[in-house]
Amino acid sequence: GPADAAVRWPVLFLLAGSILWLLAGSVLAVIAAIKLHTPGFLADCEFLTFGRVYPAALNAFVYGWGVNAGLAVALWLMARLARATLPGGGLLIVAGAFWNLGVKLGVLGILAGWSTSVPWLEMPHQIVPLLLVAYALAAAWVVGALRHGSSPRLYASQWWLLVALFSLPWLWATAEAMLFFGPVRGTVQVLVGAWFVHGFLLLWFVPLALAVIYYLLPKLLGRPIRAYHLTPFGFWAYVVCAGWAGAARLTGAPVPAWTQAVGTVASLLLLVPLGVIAVNVFGTLLDGGLAVLARSNALRFVGLAALFLVLALLRFAGMLVLRDGAELSWFATASDYAVLYGGFSFAVFGAAYYLLPRLVRRAWPFASLIHMHFLCSVLGFVIGVVALSLGGLRQAADLGGGVKFDEVTAHLLPYLQLATVGGILLLVGHLAFAFHFVKLVFCPCVRARAAAAPVPAELLRTAPDLEAAS
Amino acid sequence: MNRAIVIFLGAFAALTLSWAGLLLGSVRSYGALGAYFDDTESKAYPAQAPGLATRGAQVYADLGCAYCHTQQVRGGEPSADLARKWGGRESYARDYIREERVLLGSVRVGPDLRNFGSRAPAAAELYLHLYSPAAVVPGSTMPAHRFLFETRQITGQPSPLALDRVKVAAPAGSEVVPTSRGEALVGYLLSLRDGYNYPEEEGKNMPPPAPKMEGEKKAETPKTEAPKK
Repeated sequence: GPADAAVRWPVLFLLAGSILWLLAGSVLAVIAAIKLHTPGFLADCEFLTFGRVYPAALNAFVYGWGVNAGLAVALWLMARLARATLPGGGLLIVAGAFWNLGVKLGVLGILAGWSTSVPWLEMPHQIVPLLLVAYALAAAWVVGALRHGSSPRLYASQWWLLVALFSLPWLWATAEAMLFFGPVRGTVQVLVGAWFVHGFLLLWFVPLALAVIYYLLPKLLGRPIRAYHLTPFGFWAYVVCAGWAGAARLTGAPVPAWTQAVGTVASLLLLVPLGVIAVNVFGTLLDGGLAVLARSNALRFVGLAALFLVLALLRFAGMLVLRDGAELSWFATASDYAVLYGGFSFAVFGAAYYLLPRLVRRAWPFASLIHMHFLCSVLGFVIGVVALSLGGLRQAADLGGGVKFDEVTAHLLPYLQLATVGGILLLVGHLAFAFHFVKLVFCPCVRARAAAAPVPAELLRTAPDLEAAS
Repeated sequence: MNRAIVIFLGAFAALTLSWAGLLLGSVRSYGALGAYFDDTESKAYPAQAPGLATRGAQVYADLGCAYCHTQQVRGGEPSADLARKWGGRESYARDYIREERVLLGSVRVGPDLRNFGSRAPAAAELYLHLYSPAAVVPGSTMPAHRFLFETRQITGQPSPLALDRVKVAAPAGSEVVPTSRGEALVGYLLSLRDGYNYPEEEGKNMPPPAPKMEGEKKAETPKTEAPKK
């Protein structure tokens, strides 16, 4: 439609950038994963030591892949749902270019030894103002699309988009200010960090995944969201509780007990909106009949994103209830990965398989590459998260049980090796995805094929009313 | 569009509330926690770290040591930190008030380092550990930090900091010595110790399986020294 045409180039630009970061991030992550069990691997380069490669991978993934892809999807969804044809897409490309420049400087800065070592805020803080300005330009454009759109309705997807777009700069600027520009004292810093990381997960990655899920599920299944009347309640309950839940990451740490209690209560309260989301999403999926999953590539990714997202969020609450000492093990870290990859990335992959053919007006050339990407992602993700989770539980039990430390390390090795296998599978899947993206967007040889196999007409319906039709 | 403004304001209010409640609340409740002045010893605790250690803390941060090593000793169930002798007591919020950047760490790939200084081996062994971890702790997965050392010709006397030439297989006539960054890092690691028992926190944590109440009360006794920052 015209909305797609208006955002074609900015969305393609942001997605291309995000895919490059996805590749860079997965290569760095595989290096880091190997180093965890084979410390001799690339050992003598200071810039590739574990303590630098690991945060570099994380930042490439979060800021490079996560924010680029999130903005691309937000832009496309907002323009579509608001039926906007706002000019000025060139500005978005400029904003995207500055964003990517900033992330590049940040990741290289980490590798070169300017890492702050504060989780998720490792990039040298001098770069952050540049990144915030670039982000603000892009996000303002997305909100502008809403303002100038012709649609009178505001759909659930758009609520989630608005929350994500607004929360990230708020969280980020505040955390930077309280940690680097005017640092607070002592372990208050750790609370700021936990509030930021958890907020980033719950108020950027999760809402974007939900925006995709709430749009694409009804669209692809051809039926409305189940129990849509509950959605506003779920949304507000989620938004109100999410900001407080971060303190639960510090269970048992030297921070005041009341902050830990508040975090725990908020995390448990989040189960209520999570229940609403589960009813909405799984109800719609089951109504639509799971047989459809076999037909649509996008739907398979989005359906799994919904499943993984709900399971990942359940883990946060589960860890607090069990209180098994897993806070300082790989189990806790695996929960973050489950949201980042299983929830957010799967949703973005689904959205990409849906939106890219519509943006460039031709079909994906190779079905086999999509299957390969799907298979590698599912296997890699499940193997990686299960290995880190089981390994983490073992680690927590060993640490709490007073097992000698060298044995703790030895017990963990097979799990870490398995996690590397998962990481390599993910990398292979990403390579297939990236290659396919290049083939689809840039390769002229594909055009002839596409003419022979046009996009099925029923997938080109423009009205998004299905989402709210109940 | 009006609903969009409602959502915008709602999200703003929710996030601002959590910020004010959790973070400003913490700053207010213990953000000004002061050092404790011990009259008998005529010293303030926690002690100010020496300059070498402050530089070493930056090396600790830029090398990302905190991704594998926590710096928080935990007491009570289900932790075995005290039995492991990672510290004589659990860590309190007050222990961290002088640190420019608090890096508690989140995964225990390696041992906790909060009290490393009080259990550290001789500096020579610590340097060797950094140079070649598996040579000191068999099975260790810690990466070698050879980039914190340089191999150079011996001129005159060998450096007192030089590693054991046999163990590191130094070429004839040369020695392996830590760089200034390496020295700073070791200075920092050796400075890590939280031995002091603050009367206020100690009272709160006895007997052993007591609830955690790490210094949330603002120190208000005249013994409290204003933070030097």
